[in-house]
Parts: sequence; C-alpha cells; structure tokens
Amino acid sequence: MIDAASVKSMPWGMWTRQALAVARLELLRSFRQRRGWLILAAMPVVVTAGHSVIASTGHWSCSIGLDTRVFAAIFQFLILRFVIFFGCAGIFTTAFRGDTSEKTLHYYFLTPMRREVLAAGKYLAYEATALIVFAGGAALSYFLITLHFGAAHWEHMLRGTGLYEMAWYTLVAALACIGYGAIFLLVGLWYKNPMIAVAAVMVWENINPFLPTLLKRFSVIFYLKGLSPVDVPMTGSLSLIEVLSNPTPAYLAIPGLLILSTVVLFLACRSARDMEVSYGE
Amino acid sequence: MSAHTPPPDSGARIVFDNVSRFYGEVLGVNRVRLSIPPGITSLVGPNGSGKTTLMNLMCGLIRPNKGTITVNGISTDDPERLFHQVGYCTQVDAFPRGLSGWQFIYSYLLCHGYSPAEAHARAEASLRKLDMLEASERAVAGFSKGMRQRIKLAQAISHDPRVMVLDEPLNGLDPMARAELIALFREWGAEGRHVIVSSHILHEVDEISDQVILLSHGYVVAEGQIQGVRSEVSDQPMQILVRCDRPHVLAARLFEKDHVVEGKLQDDRTLLVRTRDADRFYLNLNDVILESGLQVDTVAPHDEDVNSVYQYLIGEGSTT
Repeated sequence: MIDAASVKSMPWGMWTRQALAVARLELLRSFRQRRGWLILAAMPVVVTAGHSVIASTGHWSCSIGLDTRVFAAIFQFLILRFVIFFGCAGIFTTAFRGDTSEKTLHYYFLTPMRREVLAAGKYLAYEATALIVFAGGAALSYFLITLHFGAAHWEHMLRGTGLYEMAWYTLVAALACIGYGAIFLLVGLWYKNPMIAVAAVMVWENINPFLPTLLKRFSVIFYLKGLSPVDVPMTGSLSLIEVLSNPTPAYLAIPGLLILSTVVLFLACRSARDMEVSYGE
Repeated sequence: MSAHTPPPDSGARIVFDNVSRFYGEVLGVNRVRLSIPPGITSLVGPNGSGKTTLMNLMCGLIRPNKGTITVNGISTDDPERLFHQVGYCTQVDAFPRGLSGWQFIYSYLLCHGYSPAEAHARAEASLRKLDMLEASERAVAGFSKGMRQRIKLAQAISHDPRVMVLDEPLNGLDPMARAELIALFREWGAEGRHVIVSSHILHEVDEISDQVILLSHGYVVAEGQIQGVRSEVSDQPMQILVRCDRPHVLAARLFEKDHVVEGKLQDDRTLLVRTRDADRFYLNLNDVILESGLQVDTVAPHDEDVNSVYQYLIGEGSTT
C-alpha cells in the first residue's frame, strides 16, 4: 500500500527536474524538426483572415453577430474536430514512435529516469507545443474574423463579448489539446502503426451523440460540446444531433475532461514502463 | 565445451543467472550463466550470435523471458539506480535530429538529473576526454563517422559510470583514434571498472581483453581468460613455437613422446609443435635442453589467442 508518508518521501524534486529536462529537449527538437502541424494550425487563421479580407471589400453582407455564429461553426467543425484532433494525433502519437523510427529512444532509456517521468516530460513538451499552436491559433482566428469591422470590431472585443468569447474558445481549445494529447500519447505507445487507432478514435468521437450516456463520458468531445460560448445553429438533420448531444454543464465538463485525461495519461505512463527498445534489427 | 555455471553472486560483478531471450520464435540468447568481473571483457561471436542481445539485456533495454540479470548487485529493472552505474554506447549510428554535439551530451545529462552547472562541467570533461570539445558546437549531422563514434562514446561516459558497455566502439575510427581509445579502455579497466566490448577485430580483442566471452547461435560457448579458454579446448592440440639453434634435433627427440602430434620446421631456427598435453611438453622440453645443450631463444604458445580459439570453437565459416 502507498501511504501519504511514502508519497511525500518520493524524489519529487528530481522527477520534476528530469521531466523538465525531457520537455526542454523535446521542445528543442520539435520546433527544429516537426513543423507539419504548423500548416494545420494555420488553416483556421487563413480561413478567418481570408473572410475578413473578402468581407472588407464589401462583397458580403455580414454582421458581428453573424460572424461570431459562423466562427462557432468553424470552431466546432474545423478547429476542434479537424485541426486539433489531427494536429494532436500527429504530435502525440510520434512522441515515442518518432524516437523509435529515428532510433534515438535508447538515449532516454539509458538515463536514470523512471519511464513514467519520461512520458510525463514528453507530454508536457508536446502539450506546451499544442497549446501555443492550436489554442493560440483558435484565439487568433477569433480575433481575425471580425477584424474587417474596424472600430466596431474593437468595440466588440474591448467593451462587448469579444474578449470573453475569445477566452472561452482558447480554454476549450486548450482542454481539447489536453484530452486528445493524452489519448494520442497512449495510442502512440500501444500501436506500432497508430493510423488505424486514430481513425477509430475519430469515429468514436463523431458517433458520441448516438452513444448510451455512460459511454459518452469516455470521449473528449462529450465534455467540450457544452463549453462553446456561442451555439452553432443546427438545422435539418443536424438538429437531431443537438437533441441527442445533451451538453454537459461547464462545472462538470472541465473537471470531467481533466479526470479522463489524467486516467489516460496514467495508462500511457504504465505502458512506457513496460516498453523495450527494439529497432527491428 | 559446455557453458560455465558460475554461482550468481552479486558483488562488483555483472551476473546473468540462466537468462534466455527470444524474439518471437527466434532465439536471441539461451540459458546464459555468466559472472563477469571488473576489467575489460570482450564479447566475440559471429553476426547473430547474441552479442548485442546480451548487451541490451545487460542495460535493461530489453528484458529476459527467463532468468535474472544484476549489474553490481542492481537489477536491470531498476533504471533509477542502474544508470548511475552503467553507460552504454550502442552500435546504432543515430542521433536526435537538429542537435549540436554539445546539446546532445548536455541535454541528456540534464535528463540524468544533474544541475545545469554540473551537467556543463561533465559535458566538458567527457568531450575533452574524447577530444571532441572544439567540434562540439557543430551539428552532429555534419560529423564524420569517426566523430559520430566519439561523440556517442563521450555521451555514454559523461556521467562517469562504473560499467561501460561498448558495442563495436572502434568502428569507423582511424588507427590513431583506435590506439587512443584502447589506452582509455585499459585505463578504465585498471581503475577496476567493467568495460564490456564487442568487436569484429579479433587481434584488437586479443590486445585489450582481460577476459573473453565467446558466443555462437545465442549460446555462451566459452568464457574466461583466453589462456584458460584455450586450455579447455582439449580436442585441438596446443601449438607451441620454439626458436632454437638446432630445431631438427629437438623435433627428433620430441617425436618419441606420445603426446606430440606434429612437429613442423618453419625455418632453420624455428619449430612448431602440436601437443595434446602442454604441461608434459614443457617438462620434456626442459629434459631435451639439458641433455642436448640446445640454445633456446623463445618458447611461446602459438594459438593462445582469440582468433585461434574462435576458429576452434566457432569455425572458419563464421564471420565476426
């Protein structure tokens, strides 16, 4: 049994130092080498900036209210379900697999570091990357979509609901990165070829509204749906999804997602502990 | 020869206790029992004989399917203690992309848990030892094969381990660098550290090893000091080279003895004798010298080296 005294006597200081060292090294490597996710992160920025540019020419009739509802749809269907989902899949599944294919994982495994600490350090580094790129990208996209309104845009941002909505979108994007990051870290540890597992997760996330209540809770999107500050207008058959989805209130959704992510991260750490270095030679 | 069965003691030794490792249905190593003392130990065997598997097991990169391994009394399942003691320079010629030589060594020292100041000092010391300090600011990707080998070694020894496991450490090095490294291995061996080396170059193994472990098809064929291993190969007569003033006289006298299998005159001063009993041969040689008044310059075993033992035990057809 692990009691409070034994937990307190564990070398937390050393583990923290080692996890930060791993995060530092991973950040050094990811920002120098792995840049594919930058294209994904740029997509919503390009879309909303493009919208602003075209709208500023006067070809479209739009209002701030309409644009924020359009952004709600962009956020739900492009940013959450595509950019962050596939961006996190690309970043986190390669956390260990990338080292294996590069044949450099043994350098970590030959240090006096618990594998759990290594997994935590890698998660920390990639989470920081994902938060900066995807949550930052979501915030920037929101800022850009109403920019063409000029003074009205600044009025909306500073005196209206703009900053509040932008902060919520950033928070939801950050929570999505935390949830999907933990899941895809685990997927990368469990599967040599994670693509099939990524596809399975994608299907699971998208059939969420149709799942029984208990199963819905094992999904990231379940917790995120109700957190968007602006509702996506659902018409026709999409309204059925809205009825079935039954959004979770924020006070349950945020801790719920964090608990789910912690459990998945714990499983990932356990998997890392059992890992062997085999480069298929 | 059957594999030795040393007791699984756990002092300053690397102990394999009945260790087997399979890759699916493919045998890696089987029923290995070893107790390796400090000093330079060479692993010798053909490709696929299990040398790298043994090293990977020793360093906990893979786990045995059966048996246990301890390094200086520490289980290989305990990385937090093990890797303060062990440094492993693998055969894999790969590095994290985008790093300079300095970043490569310094970053992994931070992962050991050293403070930035201590990691800095240790990185500098190990780079200086391997003569890589000046080049270390450059990207590893731009290094020559020899430089990559040296930077890998510098990384493996940067935390000053008591056990160095070096898989083909002399690969890609020029003769000068090889000589420097061999001197370094000897220094470590003399300090009472474990230096476990695998090498394809048998004469270098001969030159540097305190003991050898011969592997074939995943089994330990022989282990120990090379003279001891050679003397146990009883089905192959010992070859002894004698340089003297009248080798034909010596040959005639020695042929009377039943343990002498063959005598070959190499030149007008050298006789190569093959005998089944080296101890009796040396006694007989003393008698002949006393009785015939031979002037003997040299008496030396001719096949007490790794190459000969390798050929006897593993065979001509194998490639190291």
